Amino acid sequence: MKTDRNSSAMPVAVISFALLVIWYAAAIPMNAVVAQTKIAEAGGGLLNTLAISWNFGRPVLPAPHQVLAEIWRTVFLIEPWKVKSLLFHCWVTLSSTLLGFVLGVALGIGLAIAIVHSKLLNKALLPWIIVSQTIPILAIAPMIIVVLGSMGLTGLLPKSLISMYLCFFPVTIGMVKGLTSPDIFHLDLMRTYNASKSEILWKLRFPAAVPFLFTSLKVAIAIALTGAIVGELPTGAQGGLGSRMLVGFNFGQTMQVWSALFAGSILAALLVYGVGQTEKRVLQVMGTKP
Amino acid sequence: MKTLRENFPAIILGFAVLAFWEFAVRVFAISPILLPPPSAVWARFMMSLPLLGEDFIETILKAMVPGWTLGCAAGLLAALVCDRLPFFRRGLLPLGNFVSVLPLVGVAPIMVMWFGPGIAPKVAVIVIMTFFPMLVNATAGLQASGHLERDLMRSYGSNWIQTLLQLRLPAAMPFIFNALKINSTLALIGAIVSEFFGTLVVGMGFRIQTGSGSQSLDLVWAEIVVAAITGSVFYGLLTLFERRVTFWHPSYRR
Repeated sequence: MKTDRNSSAMPVAVISFALLVIWYAAAIPMNAVVAQTKIAEAGGGLLNTLAISWNFGRPVLPAPHQVLAEIWRTVFLIEPWKVKSLLFHCWVTLSSTLLGFVLGVALGIGLAIAIVHSKLLNKALLPWIIVSQTIPILAIAPMIIVVLGSMGLTGLLPKSLISMYLCFFPVTIGMVKGLTSPDIFHLDLMRTYNASKSEILWKLRFPAAVPFLFTSLKVAIAIALTGAIVGELPTGAQGGLGSRMLVGFNFGQTMQVWSALFAGSILAALLVYGVGQTEKRVLQVMGTKP
Repeated sequence: MKTLRENFPAIILGFAVLAFWEFAVRVFAISPILLPPPSAVWARFMMSLPLLGEDFIETILKAMVPGWTLGCAAGLLAALVCDRLPFFRRGLLPLGNFVSVLPLVGVAPIMVMWFGPGIAPKVAVIVIMTFFPMLVNATAGLQASGHLERDLMRSYGSNWIQTLLQLRLPAAMPFIFNALKINSTLALIGAIVSEFFGTLVVGMGFRIQTGSGSQSLDLVWAEIVVAAITGSVFYGLLTLFERRVTFWHPSYRR
Protein backbone atom coordinates (compact mmCIF):
# COMPACT_ATOMS: atom_id res chain seq x y z
CA MET A 1 0.00 0.00 0.00
CA LYS A 2 1.39 3.32 -1.00
CA THR A 3 -1.58 5.27 0.27
CA ASP A 4 0.81 7.50 2.20
CA ARG A 5 2.04 9.34 -0.86
CA ASN A 6 -1.18 9.51 -2.81
CA SER A 7 -3.72 9.82 -0.04
CA SER A 8 -5.47 13.15 0.01
CA ALA A 9 -6.57 13.01 3.65
CA MET A 10 -3.54 14.96 4.87
CA PRO A 11 -3.66 17.78 2.27
CA VAL A 12 -7.43 18.11 2.68
CA ALA A 13 -7.02 18.40 6.45
CA VAL A 14 -4.23 20.98 6.10
CA ILE A 15 -6.13 23.11 3.59
CA SER A 16 -9.39 22.89 5.55
CA PHE A 17 -7.52 23.98 8.66
CA ALA A 18 -5.90 26.85 6.74
CA LEU A 19 -9.32 27.97 5.52
CA LEU A 20 -10.62 27.87 9.09
CA VAL A 21 -7.71 30.03 10.26
CA ILE A 22 -8.29 32.49 7.41
CA TRP A 23 -11.98 32.63 8.33
CA TYR A 24 -11.22 33.44 11.98
CA ALA A 25 -8.60 36.00 10.93
CA ALA A 26 -10.98 37.63 8.44
CA ALA A 27 -13.69 37.93 11.09
CA ILE A 28 -11.58 40.48 12.99
CA PRO A 29 -11.28 43.22 10.33
CA MET A 30 -14.72 42.49 8.87
CA ASN A 31 -16.48 42.88 12.19
CA ALA A 32 -14.33 45.85 13.17
CA VAL A 33 -16.86 48.36 11.83
CA VAL A 34 -19.68 47.12 14.04
CA ALA A 35 -17.60 45.90 16.98
CA GLN A 36 -15.25 48.89 17.29
CA THR A 37 -17.15 50.81 19.96
CA LYS A 38 -17.70 47.72 22.06
CA ILE A 39 -14.02 46.84 21.91
CA ALA A 40 -13.09 50.37 22.92
CA GLU A 41 -15.56 50.26 25.83
CA ALA A 42 -14.03 47.00 27.04
CA GLY A 43 -10.65 48.72 27.12
CA GLY A 44 -9.16 47.50 23.85
CA GLY A 45 -6.31 45.06 23.77
CA LEU A 46 -5.84 41.94 21.70
CA LEU A 47 -7.80 39.64 24.00
CA ASN A 48 -10.85 41.89 24.07
CA THR A 49 -10.68 42.38 20.30
CA LEU A 50 -10.67 38.63 19.69
CA ALA A 51 -13.34 37.87 22.28
CA ILE A 52 -15.73 40.51 20.98
CA SER A 53 -15.25 40.18 17.22
CA TRP A 54 -15.62 36.40 17.41
CA ASN A 55 -18.76 36.52 19.54
CA PHE A 56 -20.57 39.57 18.23
CA GLY A 57 -24.35 39.30 18.26
CA ARG A 58 -25.05 40.55 14.73
CA PRO A 59 -21.71 40.09 13.00
CA VAL A 60 -20.80 40.94 9.42
CA LEU A 61 -18.90 37.66 9.28
CA PRO A 62 -19.77 35.28 12.11
CA ALA A 63 -17.01 33.01 13.38
CA PRO A 64 -17.47 29.31 12.55
CA HIS A 65 -18.19 28.35 16.15
CA GLN A 66 -20.99 30.92 16.25
CA VAL A 67 -22.64 29.36 13.21
CA LEU A 68 -22.31 25.89 14.74
CA ALA A 69 -23.74 27.16 18.02
CA GLU A 70 -26.69 28.70 16.18
CA ILE A 71 -27.31 25.45 14.31
CA TRP A 72 -27.06 23.47 17.58
CA ARG A 73 -29.50 25.85 19.26
CA THR A 74 -32.07 25.82 16.46
CA VAL A 75 -31.83 22.10 15.83
CA PHE A 76 -31.63 20.53 19.27
CA LEU A 77 -32.98 23.10 21.71
CA ILE A 78 -36.23 23.91 19.88
CA GLU A 79 -38.98 21.39 19.22
CA PRO A 80 -38.82 20.37 15.56
CA TRP A 81 -42.43 21.32 14.78
CA LYS A 82 -41.94 24.98 15.79
CA VAL A 83 -41.32 27.55 13.05
CA LYS A 84 -38.15 28.69 14.81
CA SER A 85 -36.57 25.25 14.52
CA LEU A 86 -34.06 24.72 11.75
CA LEU A 87 -35.14 21.08 11.48
CA PHE A 88 -38.65 22.22 10.53
CA HIS A 89 -37.27 24.29 7.64
CA CYS A 90 -34.90 21.50 6.61
CA TRP A 91 -37.85 19.14 6.45
CA VAL A 92 -39.90 21.54 4.30
CA THR A 93 -37.03 21.90 1.85
CA LEU A 94 -36.15 18.21 1.93
CA SER A 95 -39.69 17.07 1.21
CA SER A 96 -40.07 19.26 -1.87
CA THR A 97 -36.55 18.30 -2.99
CA LEU A 98 -37.35 14.60 -2.78
CA LEU A 99 -40.74 14.95 -4.48
CA GLY A 100 -39.18 17.00 -7.29
CA PHE A 101 -36.32 14.53 -7.54
CA VAL A 102 -38.65 11.54 -7.91
CA LEU A 103 -40.82 13.35 -10.48
CA GLY A 104 -37.78 14.60 -12.40
CA VAL A 105 -36.09 11.20 -12.47
CA ALA A 106 -39.30 9.54 -13.67
CA LEU A 107 -39.70 12.17 -16.40
CA GLY A 108 -36.04 11.92 -17.35
CA ILE A 109 -36.07 8.13 -17.64
CA GLY A 110 -39.37 8.21 -19.56
CA LEU A 111 -38.04 10.77 -22.04
CA ALA A 112 -34.81 8.82 -22.48
CA ILE A 113 -36.68 5.60 -23.23
CA ALA A 114 -38.88 7.44 -25.75
CA ILE A 115 -35.88 9.11 -27.37
CA VAL A 116 -33.95 5.85 -27.68
CA HIS A 117 -36.89 4.12 -29.37
CA SER A 118 -37.98 6.82 -31.80
CA LYS A 119 -35.74 8.54 -34.31
CA LEU A 120 -38.31 11.26 -34.82
CA LEU A 121 -38.52 12.02 -31.10
CA ASN A 122 -34.74 11.98 -30.92
CA LYS A 123 -34.57 14.66 -33.59
CA ALA A 124 -37.54 16.69 -32.32
CA LEU A 125 -36.98 16.53 -28.55
CA LEU A 126 -33.25 16.38 -27.90
CA PRO A 127 -32.41 19.87 -29.26
CA TRP A 128 -35.19 21.39 -27.13
CA ILE A 129 -34.06 19.49 -24.07
CA ILE A 130 -30.63 21.02 -24.50
CA VAL A 131 -32.04 24.50 -25.18
CA SER A 132 -34.30 24.16 -22.13
CA GLN A 133 -31.20 24.09 -19.95
CA THR A 134 -29.79 27.36 -21.26
CA ILE A 135 -32.91 29.03 -19.86
CA PRO A 136 -32.15 30.01 -16.28
CA ILE A 137 -35.20 28.26 -14.83
CA LEU A 138 -34.20 29.29 -11.33
CA ALA A 139 -34.83 32.84 -12.44
CA ILE A 140 -38.42 32.08 -13.39
CA ALA A 141 -39.04 30.41 -10.05
CA PRO A 142 -40.91 33.38 -8.54
CA MET A 143 -43.25 33.50 -11.51
CA ILE A 144 -43.97 29.79 -11.50
CA ILE A 145 -44.75 29.96 -7.80
CA VAL A 146 -47.04 32.96 -8.28
CA VAL A 147 -48.84 31.49 -11.29
CA LEU A 148 -49.38 28.11 -9.67
CA GLY A 149 -50.36 29.86 -6.46
CA SER A 150 -53.11 31.83 -8.17
CA MET A 151 -54.38 28.58 -9.67
CA GLY A 152 -54.77 27.29 -6.15
CA LEU A 153 -51.60 25.24 -6.05
CA THR A 154 -49.52 26.22 -3.06
CA GLY A 155 -46.97 24.65 -0.78
CA LEU A 156 -45.04 21.61 -1.83
CA LEU A 157 -45.94 21.10 -5.48
CA PRO A 158 -44.83 24.36 -7.16
CA LYS A 159 -41.38 24.09 -5.59
CA SER A 160 -41.17 20.45 -6.55
CA LEU A 161 -41.98 21.34 -10.14
CA ILE A 162 -38.94 23.63 -10.22
CA SER A 163 -36.75 20.87 -8.79
CA MET A 164 -38.26 18.47 -11.31
CA TYR A 165 -37.45 20.74 -14.24
CA LEU A 166 -33.85 21.04 -13.07
CA CYS A 167 -33.53 17.32 -12.37
CA PHE A 168 -34.79 15.75 -15.54
CA PHE A 169 -32.05 17.07 -17.80
CA PRO A 170 -28.99 15.25 -16.46
CA VAL A 171 -31.10 12.09 -16.09
CA THR A 172 -32.32 12.22 -19.70
CA ILE A 173 -28.86 12.88 -21.10
CA GLY A 174 -27.24 10.21 -18.92
CA MET A 175 -29.93 7.65 -19.65
CA VAL A 176 -29.85 8.23 -23.42
CA LYS A 177 -26.12 7.59 -23.22
CA GLY A 178 -26.63 4.57 -20.99
CA LEU A 179 -29.48 2.99 -22.93
CA THR A 180 -27.47 3.21 -26.15
CA SER A 181 -24.31 1.89 -24.47
CA PRO A 182 -24.78 -1.90 -25.02
CA ASP A 183 -22.64 -2.86 -27.95
CA ILE A 184 -23.93 -4.13 -31.22
CA PHE A 185 -23.01 -7.78 -30.50
CA HIS A 186 -25.23 -7.90 -27.47
CA LEU A 187 -28.08 -6.25 -29.36
CA ASP A 188 -27.65 -8.75 -32.18
CA LEU A 189 -27.60 -11.59 -29.70
CA MET A 190 -30.90 -10.39 -28.24
CA ARG A 191 -32.31 -10.26 -31.74
CA THR A 192 -31.24 -13.85 -32.46
CA TYR A 193 -33.10 -14.81 -29.28
CA ASN A 194 -36.12 -13.15 -30.91
CA ALA A 195 -36.40 -10.79 -27.96
CA SER A 196 -39.08 -8.12 -28.14
CA LYS A 197 -38.27 -4.42 -27.83
CA SER A 198 -39.40 -4.33 -24.21
CA GLU A 199 -37.34 -7.42 -23.40
CA ILE A 200 -34.29 -5.80 -24.96
CA LEU A 201 -35.04 -2.70 -22.92
CA TRP A 202 -35.46 -4.40 -19.55
CA LYS A 203 -32.92 -7.21 -19.89
CA LEU A 204 -30.13 -5.50 -21.78
CA ARG A 205 -30.43 -1.73 -22.15
CA PHE A 206 -31.65 -0.87 -18.68
CA PRO A 207 -29.06 -2.87 -16.73
CA ALA A 208 -26.36 -1.39 -18.95
CA ALA A 209 -27.64 2.10 -18.20
CA VAL A 210 -27.64 1.78 -14.40
CA PRO A 211 -24.08 3.09 -13.83
CA PHE A 212 -24.87 6.09 -16.07
CA LEU A 213 -28.12 6.61 -14.19
CA PHE A 214 -26.40 6.91 -10.83
CA THR A 215 -23.84 9.39 -12.12
CA SER A 216 -26.74 11.54 -13.30
CA LEU A 217 -28.67 11.02 -10.07
CA LYS A 218 -25.86 12.53 -8.02
CA VAL A 219 -25.95 15.69 -10.14
CA ALA A 220 -29.74 15.68 -10.15
CA ILE A 221 -30.25 15.47 -6.39
CA ALA A 222 -27.83 18.35 -5.81
CA ILE A 223 -29.59 20.68 -8.23
CA ALA A 224 -33.00 19.53 -7.01
CA LEU A 225 -32.02 20.87 -3.60
CA THR A 226 -30.79 24.16 -5.08
CA GLY A 227 -34.05 24.42 -7.01
CA ALA A 228 -36.13 23.87 -3.89
CA ILE A 229 -34.18 26.49 -1.95
CA VAL A 230 -34.46 29.13 -4.68
CA GLY A 231 -38.12 28.21 -5.13
CA GLU A 232 -38.67 29.15 -1.50
CA LEU A 233 -37.12 32.59 -1.85
CA PRO A 234 -40.17 34.42 -3.16
CA THR A 235 -42.76 32.53 -1.11
CA GLY A 236 -41.78 34.34 2.04
CA ALA A 237 -43.12 32.96 5.25
CA GLN A 238 -44.16 29.49 4.13
CA GLY A 239 -41.07 27.85 5.56
CA GLY A 240 -38.01 26.14 4.17
CA LEU A 241 -34.33 27.03 4.09
CA GLY A 242 -34.79 29.55 1.27
CA SER A 243 -37.48 31.48 3.10
CA ARG A 244 -35.37 31.35 6.24
CA MET A 245 -32.54 33.00 4.29
CA LEU A 246 -34.90 35.65 2.93
CA VAL A 247 -36.45 36.40 6.33
CA GLY A 248 -33.01 36.50 7.92
CA PHE A 249 -31.85 38.85 5.19
CA ASN A 250 -34.85 41.16 5.53
CA PHE A 251 -34.47 41.44 9.31
CA GLY A 252 -30.69 41.63 9.33
CA GLN A 253 -30.36 38.32 11.18
CA THR A 254 -26.94 37.33 9.86
CA MET A 255 -26.73 34.17 11.92
CA GLN A 256 -30.02 32.91 10.53
CA VAL A 257 -28.80 33.30 6.94
CA TRP A 258 -25.50 31.58 7.71
CA SER A 259 -27.08 28.70 9.59
CA ALA A 260 -29.58 28.16 6.75
CA LEU A 261 -26.71 28.15 4.25
CA PHE A 262 -24.81 25.62 6.37
CA ALA A 263 -27.90 23.48 6.84
CA GLY A 264 -28.43 23.47 3.08
CA SER A 265 -24.84 22.42 2.54
CA ILE A 266 -25.08 19.61 5.08
CA LEU A 267 -28.32 18.44 3.48
CA ALA A 268 -26.68 18.47 0.02
CA ALA A 269 -23.72 16.46 1.27
CA LEU A 270 -25.99 13.89 2.96
CA LEU A 271 -28.21 13.52 -0.12
CA VAL A 272 -25.29 13.01 -2.49
CA TYR A 273 -23.69 10.60 -0.02
CA GLY A 274 -26.98 8.70 0.19
CA VAL A 275 -27.20 8.36 -3.59
CA GLY A 276 -23.56 7.22 -3.67
CA GLN A 277 -24.21 4.54 -1.05
CA THR A 278 -27.31 3.34 -2.92
CA GLU A 279 -25.21 3.16 -6.07
CA LYS A 280 -22.63 0.97 -4.32
CA ARG A 281 -25.32 -1.35 -2.96
CA VAL A 282 -27.19 -1.63 -6.28
CA LEU A 283 -24.04 -2.27 -8.31
CA GLN A 284 -23.04 -4.94 -5.78
CA VAL A 285 -26.40 -6.67 -6.08
CA MET A 286 -26.22 -6.49 -9.86
CA GLY A 287 -22.76 -8.00 -9.73
CA THR A 288 -21.06 -5.34 -11.81
CA LYS A 289 -18.70 -4.53 -8.97
CA PRO A 290 -17.06 -7.10 -6.69
CA MET B 1 -28.94 23.70 -45.36
CA LYS B 2 -28.07 20.37 -43.87
CA THR B 3 -28.45 21.66 -40.32
CA LEU B 4 -31.88 23.00 -41.21
CA ARG B 5 -33.02 19.59 -42.41
CA GLU B 6 -31.44 17.96 -39.35
CA ASN B 7 -33.31 20.28 -37.02
CA PHE B 8 -36.55 20.28 -38.96
CA PRO B 9 -38.50 18.07 -36.50
CA ALA B 10 -37.31 20.21 -33.59
CA ILE B 11 -38.37 23.43 -35.31
CA ILE B 12 -41.79 21.96 -36.15
CA LEU B 13 -42.23 20.85 -32.54
CA GLY B 14 -41.30 24.33 -31.31
CA PHE B 15 -43.89 25.99 -33.53
CA ALA B 16 -46.46 23.39 -32.58
CA VAL B 17 -45.98 24.12 -28.89
CA LEU B 18 -46.27 27.89 -29.46
CA ALA B 19 -49.38 27.42 -31.58
CA PHE B 20 -50.96 25.14 -28.99
CA TRP B 21 -50.16 27.65 -26.24
CA GLU B 22 -51.77 30.52 -28.18
CA PHE B 23 -54.75 28.34 -29.11
CA ALA B 24 -55.26 27.06 -25.56
CA VAL B 25 -55.14 30.52 -24.03
CA ARG B 26 -57.77 31.77 -26.49
CA VAL B 27 -60.09 28.78 -26.48
CA PHE B 28 -60.12 28.18 -22.73
CA ALA B 29 -60.11 31.95 -22.11
CA ILE B 30 -57.24 31.74 -19.64
CA SER B 31 -56.76 35.08 -17.93
CA PRO B 32 -53.63 36.90 -19.21
CA ILE B 33 -52.79 37.44 -15.55
CA LEU B 34 -52.15 33.73 -15.28
CA LEU B 35 -50.67 32.92 -18.66
CA PRO B 36 -50.26 35.52 -21.40
CA PRO B 37 -50.35 34.08 -24.95
CA PRO B 38 -47.12 34.16 -27.01
CA SER B 39 -48.52 36.96 -29.19
CA ALA B 40 -49.01 39.19 -26.12
CA VAL B 41 -45.51 38.37 -24.90
CA TRP B 42 -44.11 39.25 -28.32
CA ALA B 43 -46.05 42.53 -28.42
CA ARG B 44 -44.79 43.41 -24.97
CA PHE B 45 -41.25 42.44 -25.97
CA MET B 46 -41.26 44.81 -28.94
CA MET B 47 -42.95 47.56 -26.93
CA SER B 48 -40.58 47.48 -23.97
CA LEU B 49 -37.30 47.16 -25.86
CA PRO B 50 -35.68 50.18 -24.12
CA LEU B 51 -36.61 48.85 -20.68
CA LEU B 52 -35.42 45.34 -21.53
CA GLY B 53 -32.22 46.82 -22.92
CA GLU B 54 -31.57 48.65 -19.66
CA ASP B 55 -32.07 45.47 -17.68
CA PHE B 56 -29.87 43.58 -20.12
CA ILE B 57 -27.03 46.05 -19.62
CA GLU B 58 -27.43 45.99 -15.84
CA THR B 59 -27.66 42.23 -15.39
CA ILE B 60 -25.79 40.72 -18.32
CA LEU B 61 -23.12 43.20 -19.36
CA LYS B 62 -22.33 44.69 -15.94
CA ALA B 63 -22.71 41.61 -13.72
CA MET B 64 -22.82 38.32 -15.60
CA VAL B 65 -19.98 38.85 -18.07
CA PRO B 66 -17.45 40.33 -15.62
CA GLY B 67 -18.35 37.78 -12.93
CA TRP B 68 -18.09 34.89 -15.37
CA THR B 69 -14.75 36.14 -16.69
CA LEU B 70 -13.32 36.68 -13.20
CA GLY B 71 -14.59 33.40 -11.79
CA CYS B 72 -13.35 31.35 -14.74
CA ALA B 73 -9.97 33.10 -14.77
CA ALA B 74 -9.56 32.56 -11.02
CA GLY B 75 -10.52 28.90 -11.36
CA LEU B 76 -8.05 28.40 -14.19
CA LEU B 77 -5.28 30.11 -12.23
CA ALA B 78 -6.02 27.95 -9.20
CA ALA B 79 -5.90 24.87 -11.43
CA LEU B 80 -2.47 25.92 -12.67
CA VAL B 81 -1.29 26.40 -9.08
CA CYS B 82 -2.69 22.96 -8.23
CA ASP B 83 -0.82 21.57 -11.20
CA ARG B 84 2.46 23.08 -10.05
CA LEU B 85 1.99 22.09 -6.41
CA PRO B 86 0.59 18.54 -6.13
CA PHE B 87 -0.05 19.10 -2.43
CA PHE B 88 -2.65 21.71 -3.32
CA ARG B 89 -4.20 19.48 -5.93
CA ARG B 90 -4.64 16.61 -3.49
CA GLY B 91 -6.10 19.00 -0.93
CA LEU B 92 -8.21 21.33 -3.08
CA LEU B 93 -9.69 18.83 -5.53
CA PRO B 94 -11.74 16.81 -3.00
CA LEU B 95 -12.88 20.10 -1.46
CA GLY B 96 -13.77 21.42 -4.92
CA ASN B 97 -15.77 18.31 -5.70
CA PHE B 98 -17.58 18.67 -2.39
CA VAL B 99 -18.28 22.38 -2.82
CA SER B 100 -19.65 21.93 -6.34
CA VAL B 101 -22.67 20.00 -5.01
CA LEU B 102 -23.54 22.68 -2.45
CA PRO B 103 -26.39 25.14 -3.05
CA LEU B 104 -23.98 28.04 -3.54
CA VAL B 105 -26.67 30.47 -4.71
CA GLY B 106 -27.41 30.72 -0.99
CA VAL B 107 -24.46 33.06 -0.56
CA ALA B 108 -26.43 35.73 -2.45
CA PRO B 109 -28.07 37.30 0.64
CA ILE B 110 -24.73 37.32 2.47
CA MET B 111 -22.97 39.04 -0.43
CA VAL B 112 -25.72 41.67 -0.67
CA MET B 113 -25.32 42.31 3.07
CA TRP B 114 -21.56 42.71 2.65
CA PHE B 115 -21.35 44.79 -0.50
CA GLY B 116 -24.66 46.62 -0.35
CA PRO B 117 -26.91 46.93 -3.41
CA GLY B 118 -25.22 47.28 -6.79
CA ILE B 119 -22.99 45.34 -9.12
CA ALA B 120 -20.42 44.10 -6.60
CA PRO B 121 -22.53 41.50 -4.76
CA LYS B 122 -23.73 40.00 -8.04
CA VAL B 123 -20.19 39.69 -9.37
CA ALA B 124 -19.09 38.15 -6.07
CA VAL B 125 -21.89 35.55 -6.14
CA ILE B 126 -21.04 34.63 -9.74
CA VAL B 127 -17.32 34.35 -8.97
CA ILE B 128 -18.08 32.00 -6.06
CA MET B 129 -20.45 29.91 -8.18
CA THR B 130 -18.16 29.62 -11.22
CA PHE B 131 -14.79 29.16 -9.51
CA PHE B 132 -15.11 25.52 -8.49
CA PRO B 133 -16.50 24.01 -11.72
CA MET B 134 -13.58 25.61 -13.57
CA LEU B 135 -11.05 24.44 -10.97
CA VAL B 136 -12.28 20.84 -11.07
CA ASN B 137 -12.59 20.65 -14.85
CA ALA B 138 -9.33 22.42 -15.68
CA THR B 139 -7.42 20.26 -13.20
CA ALA B 140 -8.84 17.15 -14.84
CA GLY B 141 -8.00 18.62 -18.25
CA LEU B 142 -4.38 19.29 -17.33
CA GLN B 143 -4.05 15.60 -16.51
CA ALA B 144 -5.53 14.61 -19.86
CA SER B 145 -2.46 14.65 -22.09
CA GLY B 146 -0.93 11.22 -22.58
CA HIS B 147 2.29 9.95 -21.07
CA LEU B 148 3.84 9.41 -24.49
CA GLU B 149 3.35 13.03 -25.48
CA ARG B 150 4.68 14.28 -22.18
CA ASP B 151 7.73 12.06 -22.46
CA LEU B 152 8.27 13.40 -25.97
CA MET B 153 8.20 16.97 -24.65
CA ARG B 154 10.70 15.98 -21.99
CA SER B 155 13.00 14.43 -24.55
CA TYR B 156 12.88 17.74 -26.43
CA GLY B 157 14.20 19.30 -23.25
CA SER B 158 11.17 21.62 -22.88
CA ASN B 159 10.47 23.15 -19.49
CA TRP B 160 7.17 23.35 -17.57
CA ILE B 161 5.96 26.50 -19.32
CA GLN B 162 6.67 25.16 -22.80
CA THR B 163 5.02 21.84 -22.06
CA LEU B 164 2.07 23.68 -20.59
CA LEU B 165 1.55 26.05 -23.50
CA GLN B 166 2.23 23.63 -26.33
CA LEU B 167 0.86 20.37 -25.04
CA ARG B 168 -1.09 20.35 -21.83
CA LEU B 169 -3.19 23.50 -22.12
CA PRO B 170 -4.37 22.62 -25.66
CA ALA B 171 -5.13 19.10 -24.45
CA ALA B 172 -7.11 20.57 -21.55
CA MET B 173 -9.22 22.78 -23.83
CA PRO B 174 -12.23 20.43 -24.17
CA PHE B 175 -12.46 20.28 -20.37
CA ILE B 176 -12.03 24.04 -20.02
CA PHE B 177 -14.75 24.73 -22.57
CA ASN B 178 -17.03 22.31 -20.76
CA ALA B 179 -16.55 24.39 -17.60
CA LEU B 180 -17.05 27.64 -19.53
CA LYS B 181 -20.41 26.33 -20.79
CA ILE B 182 -21.57 25.09 -17.38
CA ASN B 183 -20.48 28.40 -15.90
CA SER B 184 -22.33 30.55 -18.43
CA THR B 185 -25.66 29.13 -17.21
CA LEU B 186 -24.55 29.34 -13.58
CA ALA B 187 -23.50 32.98 -14.06
CA LEU B 188 -26.88 33.89 -15.52
CA ILE B 189 -28.64 32.22 -12.60
CA GLY B 190 -26.33 33.87 -10.08
CA ALA B 191 -26.88 37.34 -11.55
CA ILE B 192 -30.66 37.04 -11.63
CA VAL B 193 -31.10 35.38 -8.22
CA SER B 194 -28.81 37.95 -6.56
CA GLU B 195 -31.20 40.63 -7.74
CA PHE B 196 -34.03 38.99 -5.78
CA PHE B 197 -32.22 40.37 -2.75
CA GLY B 198 -31.41 44.00 -2.51
CA THR B 199 -33.09 47.23 -3.38
CA LEU B 200 -32.16 47.93 -6.98
CA VAL B 201 -34.83 49.26 -9.32
CA VAL B 202 -33.29 47.93 -12.50
CA GLY B 203 -32.17 44.50 -13.68
CA MET B 204 -33.74 41.32 -14.97
CA GLY B 205 -34.08 39.68 -11.57
CA PHE B 206 -35.71 42.78 -10.09
CA ARG B 207 -38.14 42.95 -13.02
CA ILE B 208 -39.00 39.27 -12.79
CA GLN B 209 -39.67 39.47 -9.08
CA THR B 210 -41.72 42.68 -9.10
CA GLY B 211 -43.47 41.65 -12.31
CA SER B 212 -44.70 38.39 -10.84
CA GLY B 213 -45.82 40.25 -7.72
CA SER B 214 -47.70 42.98 -9.61
CA GLN B 215 -49.23 40.59 -12.13
CA SER B 216 -47.60 42.05 -15.24
CA LEU B 217 -46.63 38.60 -16.37
CA ASP B 218 -46.19 39.56 -20.02
CA LEU B 219 -43.20 41.67 -19.01
CA VAL B 220 -41.83 38.78 -16.94
CA TRP B 221 -42.16 36.49 -19.94
CA ALA B 222 -40.41 39.07 -22.11
CA GLU B 223 -37.50 39.07 -19.62
CA ILE B 224 -37.48 35.29 -19.77
CA VAL B 225 -37.24 35.49 -23.55
CA VAL B 226 -34.25 37.81 -23.13
CA ALA B 227 -32.66 35.41 -20.64
CA ALA B 228 -33.28 32.41 -22.88
CA ILE B 229 -31.83 34.16 -25.93
CA THR B 230 -28.83 35.34 -23.92
CA GLY B 231 -28.19 31.87 -22.54
CA SER B 232 -28.50 30.22 -25.94
CA VAL B 233 -26.35 32.82 -27.72
CA PHE B 234 -23.65 32.52 -25.05
CA TYR B 235 -23.72 28.76 -25.37
CA GLY B 236 -23.67 28.92 -29.17
CA LEU B 237 -20.74 31.33 -29.27
CA LEU B 238 -18.78 29.13 -26.88
CA THR B 239 -19.49 26.08 -29.04
CA LEU B 240 -18.32 27.90 -32.17
CA PHE B 241 -15.18 29.08 -30.43
CA GLU B 242 -14.58 25.60 -29.05
CA ARG B 243 -14.67 24.13 -32.56
CA ARG B 244 -12.04 26.60 -33.67
CA VAL B 245 -9.77 25.89 -30.72
CA THR B 246 -10.20 22.14 -30.44
CA PHE B 247 -10.42 21.32 -34.15
CA TRP B 248 -8.22 18.28 -33.47
CA HIS B 249 -10.71 16.65 -31.11
CA PRO B 250 -12.27 13.37 -32.37
CA SER B 251 -15.81 14.71 -31.95
CA TYR B 252 -15.21 17.42 -34.59
CA ARG B 253 -13.20 15.35 -37.05
CA ARG B 254 -14.86 14.61 -40.35
